Amino acid sequence: MTQFTFWDIFSNLLLATRWTILLSLVAFVGGGVLGLILLFVRIGKTWWLRRIVQGYTELFQGTPLLMQLFLAFFGLGLLGINVSPWAAAAVALILWTAAFLVEIWRGCVDAVPKGQWEASASLGMSYIEQMRHVVLPQALRISIPPTVGFSVQVVKGTALTSIIGFVELTKAGTSLANATYESFTVYGLVALIYFVLCYPLSLSARILERKMNAAHRH
Amino acid sequence: MPLIDIDALHKSYGETEVLKGIDLHVEAGEVIAIIGKSGSGKSTLLRCINGLETINSGAISVGGEQLVEDELHLRKLRLKVGMIFQQFNLFPHKTAGQNVMLAQQVVKKRRKAEAETKAREVMDRVGLGDKFDSYPDQLSGGQQQRVAIARALAMEPMALLCDEVTSALDPELVGEVLQVVRALAADGMTLLMVTHEMAFARDVCSRVVFMHQGRVHEAGPPSEIFANPKTPELRAFIGMAAA
Ligand SMILES: Nc1ncnc2c1ncn2[C@@H]1O[C@H](COP(=O)(O)OP(=O)(O)OP(=O)(O)O)[C@@H](O)[C@H]1O
Ligand SMILES: [Mg+2]
Repeated sequence: MTQFTFWDIFSNLLLATRWTILLSLVAFVGGGVLGLILLFVRIGKTWWLRRIVQGYTELFQGTPLLMQLFLAFFGLGLLGINVSPWAAAAVALILWTAAFLVEIWRGCVDAVPKGQWEASASLGMSYIEQMRHVVLPQALRISIPPTVGFSVQVVKGTALTSIIGFVELTKAGTSLANATYESFTVYGLVALIYFVLCYPLSLSARILERKMNAAHRH
Repeated sequence: MPLIDIDALHKSYGETEVLKGIDLHVEAGEVIAIIGKSGSGKSTLLRCINGLETINSGAISVGGEQLVEDELHLRKLRLKVGMIFQQFNLFPHKTAGQNVMLAQQVVKKRRKAEAETKAREVMDRVGLGDKFDSYPDQLSGGQQQRVAIARALAMEPMALLCDEVTSALDPELVGEVLQVVRALAADGMTLLMVTHEMAFARDVCSRVVFMHQGRVHEAGPPSEIFANPKTPELRAFIGMAAA
């Protein structure tokens, strides 16, 4: 049996961390784009489209991410579509992220005071003009801290993809723990790496939040 | 033909009828004060005129433009009548100048330079030429309300609806806003204003409309309304306002 030094373990974990970061980015960017599209439907004027998006978010928020990963991986397999763990993980995480971001962002649009709608309507603006020039710029500003905060959840969410066999940080940790019998060291390092990834995100979310609450809103 | 024409206007929220048949005809250049107890329907009346509320029956027109509830017609109507709110409702992410320019550019399709010239003109008119680049939260309440007036004026409306435009202000800031409104009245702007400033109404308005329980209960020139109220409800209201 090969001997693993501490540095072997650590460097293997770091290599796997690349996949955690990549998957997080894909989930966040993909989920962001999909979430933005769904947001426009969610706050749009067609009631049945709004209901569909509402159903979508409720479904994804009301079931464990792990089940969504299983369904993406095994479900698509049952349909005869052969998906790699990577593709299943990316799809499930994008859908999951989008569902949460839609709700976060819709809350931000709702948080723009009614008076802003009324003032811009009184000036003759159409719904789209109100959205574009008055409501969305203000909603965007409000949305930055909770959005950055949610990115932490995305990073931690990627850990679950280890269960469908995608080799990211957690999965690499499990393999190394099995091979070295140094579970505590390995998982300690894994946790540390997650912390190093997540802490700057939650810290900046907090700083942004504080900035936003400070006097000036522009 | 009157500039603002309201006929048999009815408005309900659910089961409660808030406006129970309003007839009001406002000629160009008239300055009208709407007074009445809280809940009598004053704000609702103003909000119906520019289509912020959907009406149940009756007809409204401003400058010949009928109130029809689709976006195209509403836009035409709203170009004829501006509205000033109690809470100013300035756009907080834009400077005072940008607040005044935005709808000109977006709705009237004016070029930026043209919109800016107009914006500077109306900002001067409300005495805020030097605050063009300030953000709303850098301005006092009175200044914010004057920017809101400038923003409405920049669209060159035929009439302005003012809903308690001084009620949210500290007492020492009321005067500067009323002074701007007074100047507008003197310039011949048609004004329909809900107000609790009885002295101002008496002084500046050509007609006072007293609303009671969703109806125009009594109306007339301020001299008559204040000196010689005919209905006991108006007498009671004036007694209260004076106290
Ligand atoms: N959005 C709404 N939904 C339900 N009822 C409403 C709504 N807006 C106003 N009302 C009711 O309609 C009535 C008239 O309200 P309105 O705001 O027009 O009164 P007002 O004369 O402006 O009073 P105030 O002097 O307090 O501003 C009130 O009884 C009020 O409770
Ligand atoms: Mg009111």
